[in-house]
Amino acid sequence: MTTVENNAPAQEIGRDRRRKEDRRLITGRTRWTDNQALTGLLHISIVRSPFAHAEIGSIDTSAAKQVPGVVAVYTASDIGADAVQLPCAWPITKDMKSPQRPALAGSRVNFAGEGVAVVVARTAAAAKDAAELVEVDYSELEPVLDMEEALKEGATLVHPELGTNENAQWVFDSGEAGSGGSAAEAIAAAEKADDQVVITRRFRQQRLVPVFMEPRSTVVDPTGEQLVMWSSTQVPHILKTMLALTLGLPEHKIRVIAPDVGGGFGGKLAVAPEEVVTLLVAQKLGKPVKWTETRSESLLTAHHGRDQIQDLTVAVTKDGVIKGLDVKLLADMGAYLGLVGPGVPILGAFMFNAIYKIPAYRFDCTNVFTTKTLTDAYRGAGRPEATFGIERMMDEVAVELGIEPMELRKRNWIKHEEFPYTTVSTLTYDTGNYEAATDQAMSMFDYDGLRREQEERRKRGDVKQLGLGISTFTEMCGLAPSRVLGSLDYGAGGWETASIRMLPTGKAEVVVGVSPHGQGHETAFSQIIADKLGIPFDDVEILHGDTQSSYRGLDTYGSRSLAVGGIAMVKAAEKVVEKAKPIAAHMLEASEDDIEFTAGKFSVKGTDKGVGIQDVALAVFAAHDYPEGIEPDIDAHATFDPENFSYPHGTHLCAVEVDTETGFVQLHKYVCVDDVGTVINPLIVEGQIHGGLAQGIAQALFEDAPYDESGTLLSGTLVDYTLPSAADLINFDTANTPTPSTTNPLGVKGVGEAGTIASTPAVVNAVLDAVRQYGVKDIDMPTTPFRVWTAINSAKGTGTQADEANVASPGAGLGSMAKSDSVKNQGGAL
Amino acid sequence: MIPASFDYVRPTSVAEAVQALADGGDDAKILAGGQSFIPVLRLRMGDPSLVVDLGGIAELRGVREEGDKIVVGAMTTHHDVTRDDLLNQHVKLISEATKTVADFQVRHRGTLGGALAHADPAGDLAAPALALDAEFVIAGANGERTVAASDFFEDYFTTAIGPQEILTAIRFPKYTGWGARYEKFNRVAQAWSIVAVAATVKVEGGSITDARIGLTNMAGVPVRARGVESALVGQTMSEETVRAAAQAAAEGTSPTSDADAGSDYREHLAKVLTGRAVLAAAG
Repeated sequence: MTTVENNAPAQEIGRDRRRKEDRRLITGRTRWTDNQALTGLLHISIVRSPFAHAEIGSIDTSAAKQVPGVVAVYTASDIGADAVQLPCAWPITKDMKSPQRPALAGSRVNFAGEGVAVVVARTAAAAKDAAELVEVDYSELEPVLDMEEALKEGATLVHPELGTNENAQWVFDSGEAGSGGSAAEAIAAAEKADDQVVITRRFRQQRLVPVFMEPRSTVVDPTGEQLVMWSSTQVPHILKTMLALTLGLPEHKIRVIAPDVGGGFGGKLAVAPEEVVTLLVAQKLGKPVKWTETRSESLLTAHHGRDQIQDLTVAVTKDGVIKGLDVKLLADMGAYLGLVGPGVPILGAFMFNAIYKIPAYRFDCTNVFTTKTLTDAYRGAGRPEATFGIERMMDEVAVELGIEPMELRKRNWIKHEEFPYTTVSTLTYDTGNYEAATDQAMSMFDYDGLRREQEERRKRGDVKQLGLGISTFTEMCGLAPSRVLGSLDYGAGGWETASIRMLPTGKAEVVVGVSPHGQGHETAFSQIIADKLGIPFDDVEILHGDTQSSYRGLDTYGSRSLAVGGIAMVKAAEKVVEKAKPIAAHMLEASEDDIEFTAGKFSVKGTDKGVGIQDVALAVFAAHDYPEGIEPDIDAHATFDPENFSYPHGTHLCAVEVDTETGFVQLHKYVCVDDVGTVINPLIVEGQIHGGLAQGIAQALFEDAPYDESGTLLSGTLVDYTLPSAADLINFDTANTPTPSTTNPLGVKGVGEAGTIASTPAVVNAVLDAVRQYGVKDIDMPTTPFRVWTAINSAKGTGTQADEANVASPGAGLGSMAKSDSVKNQGGAL
Repeated sequence: MIPASFDYVRPTSVAEAVQALADGGDDAKILAGGQSFIPVLRLRMGDPSLVVDLGGIAELRGVREEGDKIVVGAMTTHHDVTRDDLLNQHVKLISEATKTVADFQVRHRGTLGGALAHADPAGDLAAPALALDAEFVIAGANGERTVAASDFFEDYFTTAIGPQEILTAIRFPKYTGWGARYEKFNRVAQAWSIVAVAATVKVEGGSITDARIGLTNMAGVPVRARGVESALVGQTMSEETVRAAAQAAAEGTSPTSDADAGSDYREHLAKVLTGRAVLAAAG
């Protein structure tokens, strides 16, 4: 754009527009899948196993079939559900062990909640009544619950036919890859060196449940030429293709619609067994069928997230320069492999080195089967785990060495003048400025003031002690360059598609391949198109989530919708302008070379003659007069395959008050300064950060999905799965220090997962900073009051209080803790 | 989340309701505000043949003064309890405790009588009722009877209300001028109490002249911390004396152990929270 006219529309990018989808959504004019009411619709209820691991004997459906309104009761084999192999699109190694994952279990159930039969009835109530009457004869097997036990010789096998509970082992070694040195050598050298130490820690990522607001639901109508599936999914396109590949259906005979979808957080990045069962029943009966889960079903059977044991070893000089990092992970897959489940921990392989210049790095992950609900993508998917591991470790190193934790980070991070920077795990970070984000965050937080207050409270022996936690994070998102995915054996590309349809009245319909489910895409995307085509914001409609209109796309996850899908829209808009240009020139009786496009108007350079893009749209609709040799059409379609990931980063600072009498952790202050590149809509960006923080803080303080010794999920309702509400959080102080990405024309980076990835370690670091003075070394997440109180009490009981004085000043951690066996060659303070 | 089918009646008087229960037999259940009962139905943890909805009985709603008592209709919502001037003036502890119940939506639906009759050990209103020496008015086929709070709570989810009886009102003595505090401890704002302490104290001339303390979730039923009460009465008000007296808070309790708290932690919390509750009530 070379000139800006006085009458040009206001710039939309950067404007904090209210979300245009919200009036409809918050006034109940929604179209959830469960709202679908088709003539003759039948309802299903799935009979689920109460046992974690059991052989299925006989199934008696006779009583259920007697319930008025029941149409049919099917076992797995009745509809072929036991023979289905639900897809896993990410075979991370050539020799990965992969069990068959049926849509309903035929002979053996492998987690509590697995479906074994399905009741079809005229009402959902009758289906539920009858489901309670299906009698299944189970022979219980030993559950497999502990990852380390599961890998031992002689362990009970989840899938005896695999001969092991190990799904796969995936290793990256920078020495072998040539991107750095050998971590093993760096650690061995540190053990011998007088000026280095080796620090080892084990961290635990508890199991979480995504808990999207709208429970999952699927409706299948098999009565048309195309079989239509409405589903509460993040991935209608992937679902369509996978249904074709999995069930042998012709792909062109399937239409998938994701109508209004109420959240996903990765939990709806799936080809769910229930989707397939609904389809199989609809096909069998030739009638439309609906399945809608209850919240308890959702908590029990929709895929879970996280669940890792992390063993980290760092070699570091006594003045705080990291020489090597070794990461060993055990990742719990649960009973089966989800769509991308095995790859989730592998995404973390690229992020343990984070923002730091680590010269030698090894990552070794073993995925393990257990008789639990399977795990798969959950907001952040692999990167929160990695960020937690390294950011917790940085604080541990700081304590061991007696270095201020932010100072330790500064000594190791990539400086702003060093970008673009290729990391030890082979990624190239295009832009970033860790100093700028940190400086602003430290100032907003009043870090020094809070450190002083912390010291005062310690001296006074206050009941409520202050703790400060840091997380200087980055992440890789905007999934993903297709070639990179190929190199990781991922089963699809990472491109995205958009089409623009210019209507005769000058309005634009933009068909996108990403699939919004609460993010505000309709608003942000309309802003981009309004700017790129120079038409009013209100003249743009974003169409999505129906494979009939949007036939090409890879959907929404991994913070990709803007960073990849948004760029496809920009490319499509550029094509519209290019196609319209010769027609505008024809209309203006000018040479195409003399035409320029600014703010929605084609004009002849140096004159006041011009036509609007809307005029061109009408002209090609009439098609009465247009140049020879071109088609009367300015619609355009573009596919964008990113050349790199995007790397948002930021500095998150958390202060907590720990009530030392009760163990209760109260958030005291939370500041984050993020760099998510160019901001399209500041309001939506802030909303994404806030929601992300809430979920990340929830992992630190509140959420957990534990199983008992028989393999029963203990958090089967939202009474037990303690989600926080706004009442449990505080006002977040957020800001941005954008450095536009250089790998896409908008300069944008992903934002959807950043808050979740960054916040968890900041909170836990803060909790530990408050109670380390009593000798506490670690507290597993969630850091519940009971755990914090127990940790304080048991640490006090060990007599390490003698060292209390040493931690009275911030960062003076050396010697403050009982000397750990893992600390080698520890010398005096620096 | 679909309940099994049941019959439903909505009487308009207590007499009709008593008759409906009698007609319904052992499998008839009462619906008050439904904040616990509806989830029980939806999770299919209960399977009644008849549900008697008390929502249509106007005489069960509202707060009135009867001589030296404040009488609260059993179907008075939590919201109405928190807004009632008589209760705020004379029975502040029940107002304070009710403010901590769940969230706005629940408080607009849930009722005082329903919560007390449900008798969840982690529920927030039983301990205040016990501490306040409330009386429970119960109607049945043979007319009305009154049960003291100390006899009302029998066990987990079990009260003195017979299978074909209805709790119609709760009578509170007046505690005009007493300070009150409900000190609730839970993991998230909308969760059940792990432990909570209901304390109301009378302070005159810098001394504690009377005290009532009830504990939530320290046993299957609410527990009166009589040891703390007697240790407080007659003491000069100070943080030190209150905290010393609070050390008796766990006496006579038998708290459960679960993922949120071990029994020893609950006993510890009872002492800490009792001290805080009394200090706040006296302040």
